[in-house]
Amino acid sequence: MAGKTLYDKLWDSHVVKQRDDGSALIYIDRQLLHEVTSPQAFEGLRLAGRKPWRVDANLATPDHNVPTTERSAGVQGIEDPISRIQVQTLDENCEEFGIVEFKMLDKRQGIVHVIGPEQGATLPGMTIVCGDSHTSTHGAFAALAHGIGTSEVEHVLATQCLVQKKMKNLLIKVNGQLSRGVTAKDVILAIIGVIGTAGGTGYAMEFAGEAIESLSMEGRMTICNMAIEAGARAGLVAVDDKTIEYVKGRPYSPKEELWDKAVAAWRDLKSDSDAVFDKVVELNGADIEPQVTWGTSPEMVAGVNSSVPDPEKAEDATAKEGISRALKYMGLQAGAAITDIKLDRVFIGSCTNSRIEDLREAAAVVKGRKVAANVKQALVVPGSGLVKEQAEQEGLDKIFIEAGLEWREPGCSMCLAMNADKLGQGEHCASTSNRNFEGRQGFGGRTHLVSPAMAAAAAVFGHFVDVRELI
Amino acid sequence: MKKFTQVTGVVAPIDRANVDTDMIIPKQFLKSIKRSGFGPNLFDELRYLDEGQPDADCSKRPINPDFVLNQPRYKGASIMLARRNFGCGSSREHAPWALDDYGFRAVIAPSFADIFFNNCFKNGLLPIVLDEKEVDKLFEETFAEEGYQLTVDLERKKVIKPDGTELSFEVDEFRQHCLLKGLDEIGVTLEDREAIAAYEARRKAEAPWMFLGVQS
Ligand code: SF4
Repeated sequence: MAGKTLYDKLWDSHVVKQRDDGSALIYIDRQLLHEVTSPQAFEGLRLAGRKPWRVDANLATPDHNVPTTERSAGVQGIEDPISRIQVQTLDENCEEFGIVEFKMLDKRQGIVHVIGPEQGATLPGMTIVCGDSHTSTHGAFAALAHGIGTSEVEHVLATQCLVQKKMKNLLIKVNGQLSRGVTAKDVILAIIGVIGTAGGTGYAMEFAGEAIESLSMEGRMTICNMAIEAGARAGLVAVDDKTIEYVKGRPYSPKEELWDKAVAAWRDLKSDSDAVFDKVVELNGADIEPQVTWGTSPEMVAGVNSSVPDPEKAEDATAKEGISRALKYMGLQAGAAITDIKLDRVFIGSCTNSRIEDLREAAAVVKGRKVAANVKQALVVPGSGLVKEQAEQEGLDKIFIEAGLEWREPGCSMCLAMNADKLGQGEHCASTSNRNFEGRQGFGGRTHLVSPAMAAAAAVFGHFVDVRELI
Repeated sequence: MKKFTQVTGVVAPIDRANVDTDMIIPKQFLKSIKRSGFGPNLFDELRYLDEGQPDADCSKRPINPDFVLNQPRYKGASIMLARRNFGCGSSREHAPWALDDYGFRAVIAPSFADIFFNNCFKNGLLPIVLDEKEVDKLFEETFAEEGYQLTVDLERKKVIKPDGTELSFEVDEFRQHCLLKGLDEIGVTLEDREAIAAYEARRKAEAPWMFLGVQS
């Protein structure tokens, strides 16, 4: 019999009950909650007179709506009344149902996908869900983690389970080493460029190969974060020493004797050498250059030294139509050099790239330089209060501020512009977030997805540059 | 949940690939803490010429006459015809809520994004996967004939064209059952409460670190 993939192992250890039609009841170890996708779930529980099955499996924090400017006034200080009600509703629901919440003024508050790993609430071998598609981030810890809808949030609250169908196995192997200045963000954008935004649909996507092994946990989280942008609900990376090192000593991590037992079990969280994948895609790490998206879908991406494509050369009518529409929305000409794209704003943040390593990379580029005159605003938004604190201890805040960037409070911010941080119509933004859909960062806004180092370089030059020339 | 047995209705064609959930319902409408009322803001950025605000009266906003849902011939549509990878992007269930609230009962496409596909079933909205060629043909026919209607028969798993031609589709038995009966999935799962408790007991013994729990 063939060996098991990492996904097979995680699945098998969580089946509560197999159903006849191929679906199964899967046990959920951890649920993360935020203010946007949970209110209707709590309301559903209340209406049905149900209680959470296991209160302490849940952890909540507001992130999407919170202001990133000075906010000592707390929830009452949120200007937009609708945002305020949503954050308040989360506070009230968590209180009513006894769920632990890192509230707005708690320094542990932050983007759900940053705080889970930071607190050790994300552990290897777990099943983790959240009403947010970027839950795939946690797969970096060899946890089976994926986004769910609000009905499923309610289902998990009430039953600690989900009805699931097993996905297929996809292996993405990035061989060899990355060149200097090329980061995890460039790797995942390049992967999406190759397989497309639907390439992973129906699969659990495991990332392996030397280039992935060489990445830090932060880098692996960046990669898994965007598995969903490649269509895969879940991304995965096997456990190694780095995983265990990262998890050790976190507030909710196991301690002492339990720690040793856990580590022994976690060592097996990798695909067996004879495991069979339904599909394998291989890339060469050394071929990947810094990436920039030029269109309105993450698959519309190119190397920084190439140019915007020509719709006339598209493979079929739907693709041609898609490229034309994207170029029109983005205000770009076919054939224009990527490095000629001028930026109005820069956003460094989001659950893709707002961890300490991301901020260090960006700071290293802007250090001793100044934001270009044509850039109206460059925001740096740390992923959590603890990331912010650490960055300040390292003096990164000062580097950013001296270079003319704004140093903000943690939250989702301009990743989806649900708070006050947004793009104006027609503005181009170099963004370290994960989605460049029409209107994502503000009505009519034009997003270019890049790595933190590339965003920082764009801030300094006012247009895209190959960051490898600067370091 | 709303029951779904058979639906006959006008078809509205959304002729572009990779329609994402940000497009189906833009984020400013996600601030609501309710499940209903999203219909007027379905496809907001395509449907209106101004920027939508959550509390604005949509009947007074300038509409984009070119957008499908604003064309009189598609008025009252309950079946959406779409292109590949429909519903990609954010996991927001507000997308099926908005489609449902507008009056759609089924979406036909060559492929769907996983999370959106799942979310539809929880809301009495039926996502139907048909072969790309069949979808192409349906687009042609919809464009060609004003008032073009289809019937979806969930029990028999058929899409029935006006000329009587039937197209078969697949749907999981359990999901079909829940939709036909309008069952509450949580209630169904709780019938297995003993199995869940047994799993927990066994797992606690095997891997106790999984149950440390979150403390404040
Ligand atoms: S940072 Fe962006 S992608 Fe991540 S959870 Fe927040 S809104 Fe979603």
